[in-house]
Amino acid sequence: MPEACYLAPILLADGLFYIDKLATLLAAVISIAVVLYTTFHRASRERFRMREIAGLKSVDDAIGRATETARPVLFTPGWGGDIQRPTTIASMNILSQVAERTAQYGSRLVYPTHDPVIMAVAQEVAGESYARVGHPDRFRPEDIMYVTSSQFGYAAAVDGLITRLRPAAVFLLGTFEAESLILAETGNTVGAIQIAGTDSTIQLAFFIVACDYTLIGEELFAASGYLSQDRSIIASVRAQDILKVIIAIVVVVAVIWSTVLAATRSTAPAWWKF
Amino acid sequence: MGRTFAVGICFVFGVLMFVQYFSPHPAARTVHRTVSEYWQIIFAFGLLIGVVAVLRSNLRQLRWGSDRPYRLVTLCGLAAMPILALVWGRGIDSPFMWMFENVQAPMQSTVFALLAFFVVSASVRGFRARSVPAAILLVSALLILLSRSALGSAVLPQLSDTAEWIRNTPSMSARRAILIGIGLGSLTTSLRVILGIEQTWLGRRS
Repeated sequence: MPEACYLAPILLADGLFYIDKLATLLAAVISIAVVLYTTFHRASRERFRMREIAGLKSVDDAIGRATETARPVLFTPGWGGDIQRPTTIASMNILSQVAERTAQYGSRLVYPTHDPVIMAVAQEVAGESYARVGHPDRFRPEDIMYVTSSQFGYAAAVDGLITRLRPAAVFLLGTFEAESLILAETGNTVGAIQIAGTDSTIQLAFFIVACDYTLIGEELFAASGYLSQDRSIIASVRAQDILKVIIAIVVVVAVIWSTVLAATRSTAPAWWKF
Repeated sequence: MGRTFAVGICFVFGVLMFVQYFSPHPAARTVHRTVSEYWQIIFAFGLLIGVVAVLRSNLRQLRWGSDRPYRLVTLCGLAAMPILALVWGRGIDSPFMWMFENVQAPMQSTVFALLAFFVVSASVRGFRARSVPAAILLVSALLILLSRSALGSAVLPQLSDTAEWIRNTPSMSARRAILIGIGLGSLTTSLRVILGIEQTWLGRRS
């Protein structure tokens, strides 16, 4: 057992705690503290703003183009995620903003999904957005549709929708797997402006090649704050930057320490390995 | 009131699931198992809602006459599979399995096979050396491609090592940087939802 685990007997007395998850708990507590500080500390909320994100800046242009050409906007969250996944929640936040714009401009919003729970939540989110900007009559619940839970059935259904409806703007934001390139290339063939973002690094490569704008890494999660300019959300996004600096410092220290240990032919202490 | 209640439930279960992750105590395991089971039950009901939505949407649009052939195929498939399963069962030699193996599986494979052509067309566009980064991408891709072919390794034996270095060093470090960003983004989004700061998922602006 590592030397740092002398607390273990107390925590393990009644089998209350997985001692091998101590490092994870510490990291989680630090992260939560940073997020809470940036969110609720007044000065922290007021001093910062977000840098420009090209993909999100072009949302208005994409929907504007759909309005001018009288073609719909297609938004899909991908096949890989369910409603409990943070990426899907982030995607819903962007849907809310996109739905506000389509309601204002009078464009049609089509939202095919593979998950009935996501469909129900998306109907609620989009419906509220239409009502918020004073156009509840323009909302078409039937355009937010469940197609199938099968991966390639979903890909075929969305491909069919893109080919038939020829949307002017396609939003591929959520958790995508092998269907990502099939959808992105089909969107490209109909000449749609495509904005994509996912948490899969493999699929990101496909999106970068096939789409006009790609939200990389944390940009997808920052989108809600960026589009709504809500200070509490922007403040919590700032927490990500602080945590990134902490991680970078830890990585640099670890590299130097490992190099020193290797150079002096010493063995690392047990707590370090932990 | 209803939404405040939903945010409250989200907070309680968020904290509960966080705490149980760190505990091997039987009570924590029971909480995990029970919540997972309830999630499956909710999903089953959700699926029912999905099927009803597909049925309603297709029937309505069948009446209006838009995309009528596609709607008919969807409705026939939706009706046929449960009927086949209910009448003849789902055994190896059942009509249900025959339909699955000879209709559904080949159609899925067909859509998957399209990926190969899309990869080629996307590569042609993506690998144009219009700038220095695009040229680096092109050279890296060609090296990886050649290293995977018999000809490449035969002509240049060191190619395999170079390709491995590209995959394990510059490519992996960029990938890990993106993964750290995604991890932190997931963390802050989850916390915003659990703490009720972010309520867009309920249809309400935060």
